[in-house]
Formats: sequence, C-alpha cells, structure tokens
Amino acid sequence: MKPFRYETATDPAAAVDLLSRAPRAAFLGGGTNLVDLMKLGVEVPEMLVDVSRLPFDDITETDNGGLRVGATVRNSTLAVHTAVRARYPALSQALLAGASPQLRNLATVGGNLLQRTRCTYFQDIGKPCNKRRPGSGCPARSGIHRDLAVLGASQHCVATHPSDMAVALTALDAQVHCVSADGERTLPVAELHRLPGDTPDQDTVLRHGELITAVELPPPVPGARSAYRKARERASYAFALASAAADLRVSDGNVEHVRLAFGALAAKPWRARAAETALLGRPATEESFGRAVDEELAAAEPLRDNGYKIPLARRLAVALLTDLAGTHAEGAR
Amino acid sequence: MTTLPRTLGADTARLESREKVTGTARYAADHARPDGLYAWAVPATIARGEITAVDTGAALADPAVVTVLTHENAPRLAEGDDPTLAVLQSRHVAHRGQIVALAVATSLEAARAAATAVRLDYSSEPHDVLLSTDHPGIYAPETANGGHPADRLRGDFEAAYAEAPVQHDAVYETPPLHNHPMEPHAATAWWEGERKLCLHDSSQGSSTVQQMLAQLFALGPDQVLVTSEHVGGGFGSKGTPRPHVVLAAMAARVTGRPVTLAFARQQMPAVTGHRAPTIQHLRIGADRDGRIQALAHEITTQSSTVQEFVEQAAAPSRTMYVSPASRTTHRVARLDVPTPSWMRAPGECPGMYALEAAMDELALACGLDPIELRVRNEPDREPDSGRPYSSRHLVECLREGARRFGWQDRDPRPAARRDGRLLLGTGVAASTYPVMVAPCHAEAHARADGLIDVRVNATDIGTGARTVLAQIAADALRLPMDRVRIRVGCSELPEAPVAGGSAGTSSWGSAVHKACDGLRRALEEHSEVPATGLTVGADTTEESKGGKEYARHAYGAQFAEVQVDTATGETRVRRLLGVFAAGRILNPRTARSQFLGGMTMGLGMALTEHSTMDREFGDYAERDLAMYHVPVCADVPDIDVHWIEEDDPHLNPMGSKGIGEIGIVGTAAAVTNAVHHATGVRVRSLPVTPDSLLPHLP
Amino acid sequence: MRSTEGTGDAETTTALTLHINGERRAQVVDNRTTLLDLLREEVRLTGAKKGCDHGQCGACTVLLDGHRVNSCLMFAVAADGAHVTTVEGLADGDALHPLQEAFIAHDGFQCGFCTPGQICSGVGAIAEAQAGWPSAVTPDGAPDGPVELTGGEVRERMSGNICRCGAYVNIIDAVREAAR
Repeated sequence: MKPFRYETATDPAAAVDLLSRAPRAAFLGGGTNLVDLMKLGVEVPEMLVDVSRLPFDDITETDNGGLRVGATVRNSTLAVHTAVRARYPALSQALLAGASPQLRNLATVGGNLLQRTRCTYFQDIGKPCNKRRPGSGCPARSGIHRDLAVLGASQHCVATHPSDMAVALTALDAQVHCVSADGERTLPVAELHRLPGDTPDQDTVLRHGELITAVELPPPVPGARSAYRKARERASYAFALASAAADLRVSDGNVEHVRLAFGALAAKPWRARAAETALLGRPATEESFGRAVDEELAAAEPLRDNGYKIPLARRLAVALLTDLAGTHAEGAR
Repeated sequence: MTTLPRTLGADTARLESREKVTGTARYAADHARPDGLYAWAVPATIARGEITAVDTGAALADPAVVTVLTHENAPRLAEGDDPTLAVLQSRHVAHRGQIVALAVATSLEAARAAATAVRLDYSSEPHDVLLSTDHPGIYAPETANGGHPADRLRGDFEAAYAEAPVQHDAVYETPPLHNHPMEPHAATAWWEGERKLCLHDSSQGSSTVQQMLAQLFALGPDQVLVTSEHVGGGFGSKGTPRPHVVLAAMAARVTGRPVTLAFARQQMPAVTGHRAPTIQHLRIGADRDGRIQALAHEITTQSSTVQEFVEQAAAPSRTMYVSPASRTTHRVARLDVPTPSWMRAPGECPGMYALEAAMDELALACGLDPIELRVRNEPDREPDSGRPYSSRHLVECLREGARRFGWQDRDPRPAARRDGRLLLGTGVAASTYPVMVAPCHAEAHARADGLIDVRVNATDIGTGARTVLAQIAADALRLPMDRVRIRVGCSELPEAPVAGGSAGTSSWGSAVHKACDGLRRALEEHSEVPATGLTVGADTTEESKGGKEYARHAYGAQFAEVQVDTATGETRVRRLLGVFAAGRILNPRTARSQFLGGMTMGLGMALTEHSTMDREFGDYAERDLAMYHVPVCADVPDIDVHWIEEDDPHLNPMGSKGIGEIGIVGTAAAVTNAVHHATGVRVRSLPVTPDSLLPHLP
Repeated sequence: MRSTEGTGDAETTTALTLHINGERRAQVVDNRTTLLDLLREEVRLTGAKKGCDHGQCGACTVLLDGHRVNSCLMFAVAADGAHVTTVEGLADGDALHPLQEAFIAHDGFQCGFCTPGQICSGVGAIAEAQAGWPSAVTPDGAPDGPVELTGGEVRERMSGNICRCGAYVNIIDAVREAAR
C-alpha cells in the first residue's frame, strides 16, 4: 500500500470538492471493502476523504411514508431498525444475511452499495482483469468462474456484485441520493450499477467525486410482504451463490403486486422485470412463479462451471414467492 | 504412604488458560521487537520458469526500506534435507506463489509497500498443473507418506473380484484442502553475534526447526535457539519448518536486527503445505452376505516438482476390514504445483472417506444395514500384516454410537424423510488412526523447595499437551499437580519429536513418565532433596521400538444427521455423534476438544472446503478465508462425543492412543452417507455443495 | 514505542488521539496503519490477532465505542477520538471478565489464537442481544426487547469469528453461560 493523504470531510460539499480536484482520491466510509482492496493493491488512492463522519447517520421518516437512510448509517443499525424490520423485512433480512456482525458494525450503507466484485482475478494484481486494468483481458471466462455471472455479462467481464443489501433495495424500489460538483441527483438503486459491456471498470453510473448521501425507501405497498433469501456454501459469513428478494401482494389468489430481484447472478442486482410482468394478475401458485422466473432466466448465458446458478435462482425465487404467498406449508429456513 | 486422587484421567483445565483468555499468551509475531524490522514476502507470478531480471530500485526508494532480498543477494544456504526451504537460492521458479523476494523495512506498512514495488521479470515455460489418472507423468513411488509401501498385493484380487456376486466399483475424489491454522506461519528472528541464531517460531516442533536451521546456516544445533511457546494451530502445516522461518533468519542476518515475518493469509496455500487432491478407485467384491472377498483401493495423487509427497490414502484399506484378496496402490504425478504436505490425518482422512463411502454403497447393494456390514467384515488379525490387534473396539463403538444416536429407528430407504422443503437423512462411518510413537527425551528435576521441574521440548499447538504432560508427571511422581512445573516449547529443553501423527502425548508422555518415575525412585532413596536438587533424565529410544508385534490403531464410529434444502441444495448438519476407542483418555476435557475439533474439520471437508487449481495460472483460486470456506460457528451443530475406555497393555506407560487426528477420519463419509440417505443422491466428489446436488433434487 | 523512522512525510501521517482500555493516547501515525497494527506494533497490545488481515476471520475483533469491529479493516486515523477496548482491557484487575471465566470453564479454545477476538466478539454479541438486535435466525415478528441467546442465536452471532481448532461447541456454551 502506497502512502496516501487522509482528510476528514466536515460537510458534503467539502468532501465532493476535495475529490473532484484529486483524480486519484477516494471516499472512505466504513472501509470494510476499500481497506481490503488497498491491502491487495487493487485500489491505490493517493488520498482518502473520510466521509464516515458526515451528518448522514440517521434514519428518518419521509413525508410520503417512506424512510430515508443516511449513507453513513452502519449496516447493523439499519438492519435492526424497528421500522425497517416492520415495514421492509427483506432489507433487514438481507443485511443480516451479509458479512459478519463485526463487519456490519463498520460497513456503511453507501459503502455497501459500492462494494466491488469478489472475482478472484479482480483481487489478484498479478493477473489480468479488465475491471481492474482495462484491456488486460478476462481470464475468468475460461478459468475460475463458479461464483460469477450468468446474466448480463460480456466478453470482457463476468463479475458479480456481492451486496445482499442492494438486492433487497432493488426489490423495494429504493432510490439513491447523490451529490457532486454538478449538484444533487436521485436515481433508482436498480440503475446505480452497470452491466460490464465494453467498460467493466465502471461499476456504477456515479462519476468521480460523486457522493452517495442517502438511500430512500418508498412507502411500503399496502398489503404486500417482502423477504430475502440467500444460498451459500456455509451457514453464515459467506457471499451468496445466488439470492433473491421479493415484495408480493396476493389478492383472491392472484398476484396483484410483485417486485423481484436476484443477487449474485450479474454485475448488478438483477431486477426481474420480465418475471414481474409475467406474474401480474396471474395465480399465485408455484407453477406460475416457476414459469415467470423461467422467462426471466431464459436470457442467462452460463459458463462451464456456473450453470447451477440458473436452477438455483429458480428454486430460490419460487420458494421465496411461494412462502410470501402463503400457499406453501412453511418449510424450516 | 498417602493416597492421592489420580491426576491422570482427571478433567483438568489448561494450564495456560488465563494467558489465552487475557491475550497475554504470545505467539511468534507477537514478539516483534521495538528495535526490530518487519519483512514481507514476494510470491512468484509465474507457474514455471526463471527470473530474468530483478529491479528493487522502486522498493528501496523508501528510506524506511532496509533491504530487499532476492536470489541475487540472499545469503547462500547449505544444502538441507527439505528442498522447499532452499528459498532465494536460485532463479528457478517451480510453482506460482513460491517466495522469490523479501522486503525488509522499519514498519509493516513500508515492508508491504516495498514488496509490491519489487519488479521481477520472468521467462515463463509451459506449465502442467492438472491431475488426471491418465497423466503421462504418473509413476509408482517407492513409498507413500509415513513410509508405507506404495503397493501391497495380497491374493489374486482380479480373480476374486470377478467371482464376487456383489461388486461395487466407483471413483471417489477429494479436492486440495488447506490447513489454514488461524495463526499464519510467522517467525521473529535475531542473531546474537555471528554464530547464535534465536527465533520465536510458529512451529509444531522446535527441535526439528533447530536441527534444520542449523543445517541450512551451517551452525551447530546449540547455536540455534527456537522457541514455540504458544502456537496458533498447525494441523500438520507447521510440522516441519516452512520458508518463513528461513527467510526471517536470513533477513535478520543481513540487517543485523531482529526481523518479524508473517506470511499473508493469501500466500499460505502456495508455501505452507496442503492436502493434495486424490482420485481414488475403489472396487469391493463381496458375497451375498456382505463378506468382502476382494478389495482394491487405488490412489492417484500429485506432488510438486520440488519434493515428492504421496498422500497414503490406501493405507487404511490394508487394516480396516477383512479382504482375502487385496490390491492397494499409490500413484503420483509431479506437477508444477505447490508442494503438498501433512494435513490432519494424512492418508487416513481422504482414504477413509472413500472406503467408508464405498462401504455404505456396498451395504445398500447387499441389502444390509451399514453397521451390520462392518460387523461382518471385522477381522481378527490385521489383514495386511497378519499381526494381532493390540486392542480393537470398532464394533463396540458402532453399537454404542447406534444406541446413543437412535440408529435402530432408522428407515433405510433413501429420500424417505421430509420436513417441509427439507430432506433429512442419517449416515454412519467408521474411523481409524494408527498408534505411533517416536523417541523422546525429558528431564525431571526435584528442587529443594519441593517443586518438580519437568522439561521436555513438546509443543502445545492447542492440544493441551502442556497440561496432560503435567498430569502424567504428577501421576508418575505420585504428587499433586501443583507440585509440578512443566516447561515445553523451546529447543533448549530435552529434544522431543514434533506434535504430529497423534503421537505427541505418547512420545513425550513416555519420556516424562520415565523421567518422573525415575525421579520418584531416586527421591525414595533420599531422606530429603539435596540443596542442589536432584535430576533424572530419560531417553525413550529403546521403548519407542517396542510393541511392533501388534497392530495398534485407534477406532471410532461417526454418525451424522443432515438436512438438504430442496429450494437451494444447501446441506447442513443437524447432529454429529462420535464414539471413539483410543486407549486410556488422559484428560477428558482436552480429549473431548480434540474429538470435537477433528469432527468439525471433517464437517468442513464434507460440505464447505474446496480449493481449485487454476489451469491457466497454476495457483489455487481460493486463497483467502472468504473464498476457502472453513466452517463457521453456524455450521456446527451440537456434537456429541463419547469414548470407550480401553485397557491396552501394548501401548505406553499411560495406556493411551493418539486422539488428535481420529476425529476427522470418517466424518466426511458419515455426512455424505447421510446426504445420500436424505436425497438418494450419491456425490462421490467432495465437498457436497449446492451445485453438485441441485441437478438431482426433486 | 517503536521508532518512527521512515513513517513518511507530514502529508501521509496524522496526529490522533485514542482511548485504549481507558488510557488516553496521542500520537502520530502513518495513515496506512490499521487500528490492528497500531494496537499490536505501536501500543504493544498483542492480544488482538492478525489471522487474515482482511476481515475474513475475526481474530482482530475489538470493541470500538462499545461495538465489536474488525480492527484490521479500519485505518487508525479513522478511529480518531474513539474508545477502544481490547481483550487486555476486559478484566478488572485480577478479576476476569465473566466471559473470560466462561471460556475457561467451558474449554472454549485450543490454540488460543482466535480467543481474544472470540471473547471481544462475545462481549459485543451479548450486548447486541441485550439491546434487542435481531440476527439472521431471529424469527420475524419477534417482540422488541432483549433477544434470548439460544444455541442457534449464538451460533449465528458468533459466526464472524473462525476457530480452526473447532472449539465452537464449547464457545457456544461459554457465551450462553456469560449471557445468563
């Protein structure tokens, strides 16, 4: 790790200003991913602007009945918040399914969204990686890719995004508030992350120096329930092989409202819009859930060793939706 | 004469408990000195070839960087017995991750930055890193690890197998597995003058480290002092010196200052040893009653080009069950891969996974309960050697385990139990581990103040060795334990073998017992302890040769209950139960922990641990603890551990067999047999992960 | 204290103040120094351990303003002003912390390397449950208020601390006892 300057930002404008004048500077939140990547030599900032002490550390009710979550709120604080648990259980479940208690106590909401991929090539500076060093190549496609993407990948990158929280936020239709030298903007979480295409080095649509200030949850859909499920190789403290978050309302046995998102299948939380469209107004049965999810996953392009993710995601989503619909006897979880 | 409660066999808390719970127990890297330096290793980024140029300019530009060692400037080492320790001696790269440079600086931060800044140019050669049974380089070694003959043939296997009415033929595979002790390999080294090397090392046996470093640095053994007071686990990977200790000693010599070096976790899979992958071909022919007529267990495994290490996975099939005709073989390919070594129960662990999975399949083929199948194949003499067993209570373990586990209520049909989306199943497997013992020295010294100093260079890597040796001493002295001061973990103590092969307590304990017994007798001849004290030394070289007329092994039975989630393919263990027969249990508290720990590691082998050779780059893809899944607390259910006390006069003065490794033997098979019972799916390649199960689930 | 030779220029070092186990400590650090390395190499509190240096094992767990964190993933500068409790700061003189006592009573360790992190983590876990924080295994709709530390709860809550010796079964018992 090269020596770097360290500045503590006192207000967001100063933070943004510091960064926009330093092309090789980075914001530091909880540090759980950035410090990790700096030790590996993957991230080599010349300056860190510590934004963890900015006044973005509270969770407030919005006028329309939603919640606004400051970007520096710790993952653990958000996960255990009474209103989050009551109104957005998928979010609380996703957070509690991620990382470890110690990491959740450090990690911020903004930082969680901006985690980088766990691809083994991305993390090893002795190997090529288009995300880390554009144009150097992607060994993952023919190499180690069991954990990598089956949706939305390109010839240049098959990375997945590792966040659990972002999957729940996507299914909950949350928005991200950002500020930059150009002013403030708001965009859906679902549009924050990018698919790799020809520029896999760009994880998100944020520009250099653009700072996430908050995440906003819309009011819960009346009568809907949300939940998150994750499959992993060990019972805790492991990244997802696949995960799904859903928000569902059933009326008279038919799907009246549904939002579904997948994790660990793509470089972004994968909002399953095709499945949602296919389900609206259809019977809330295992059969129609399965058919709708199949429609979504038809676009999947598995590599040699990650094809299992497709049936895994299908089963996971069908079980999740079925449980939410209450049409299946509760299985132990 | 006073009657004392026996200290041996008593539930005794670890002597170093307080240090360990208060953080004052110090490990090798905790001895970094205020005037000392920090080193950081640089791994090779090619899988085979040569270093053609070295540029340390950028690294040395930082004034905090004291030196960068490479093959161009590192001290020359004398030839040693272990080629993996010849670090920085040549431009040749034998595998990716081999240490090719060492940055030394006044701070950890500067050392790491300098390591990243070292520029090495290579000329790469094509590499060959993938094992297969038809690899052209496969050969038959002379021996496998532990001195086992590579091949043993008894009777006419092919003919007996061909005639057997029930035949089972399958290939089982185990992946590379990494020891990953929690303490990375670390050493703090300094020189006192030109001719005295001192080290704190993370090692399972500092006598071995002392001898091997003396060899490499052309010193006498008394010119090397190695301390390993507390060691953060090893599981075999610290059984012999690893490159870190040589590098630290080199750097300390070059700089004239103390140097602390710890390998980064990501560096460990390439340079600290690991369990090699195995491909195991099992063929068992039995009569219709399940009696084995022919047994073949044929191993294909790999080693590096640096050193031959052959996982002796067929060894347990030579002793476990009756087998009138038998063929057990080991074949190895030398690839451009990291050098494998010992990992908890080398040989027995992967071998018994395959054998016990095969026995489960044979039981189904014969329509027999798997316990009954094993009972029917219980030998009265060791098949391979013809020797009688010194004691063998496998059947008792199986029956006791069955009773405690509730085996009799089991519906043998696969995929018959369901709880919502979960499929439930139970499985059983046997375990075994040989009794080994090595020569050892110890010393007991009666002090004028009435205390007894007991000295032996045992190493407590977490087994409770320090405690049990004090118990053995007190027992032999017929004194209460608080009269004994035990000292272990330093090469200035009487020479002792490594903490390995489940032989530590047997070997060290025999010497401690002999010294203390001798001291007790000597004291009986004195009315009071002389002012200068009284010392008795012991050497068990002769005793350790004994007992060879018997086949000596510990046994166990492992039971597992699993649930398989049909929505995800995730398997979790609900219950584990182990019953072991391992001679006399000397400290039930620390013994139970050994069994629990072994079974926990076996659970990881069954379900979570795997490592993948990257064909293009020649290294293991799962290099850190985020990717290599050691079981966490949530994976581990209540584990029930019991034992059957054995009274075996053919072992050692304590009557004990080793217990450090048998806990891992058989666990993986018990779990995977349970997975088959739950799902009807037989996964023959470890571990059982969602991707292997999903295609077959309802 | 270690010599600061070569810690870099003023641009890449920072003056900070920490309260470590109740003692105020002011010093200049290399911005690259993690809280873990500061504790171990500068303050010479070597209880917190470096098992992985990447937040993947929990051996470095300390309490930061009362919350358990991985000290290896926090730059020391980012902790300026914080109160840090390490395993060395848990006992009250000769009187061990109840969780330290419980770890001995239940043999909650073998090699001891992960133990300082396990114990700091356990102290944090007990406090979190007492504060009513749910875990991934807490049933939905569980009432507010302290969470009972069942075996399943402890397993999940202690999963950020790897023990390769496999002493989990005893660790669970120790944490449950101390929580009572």
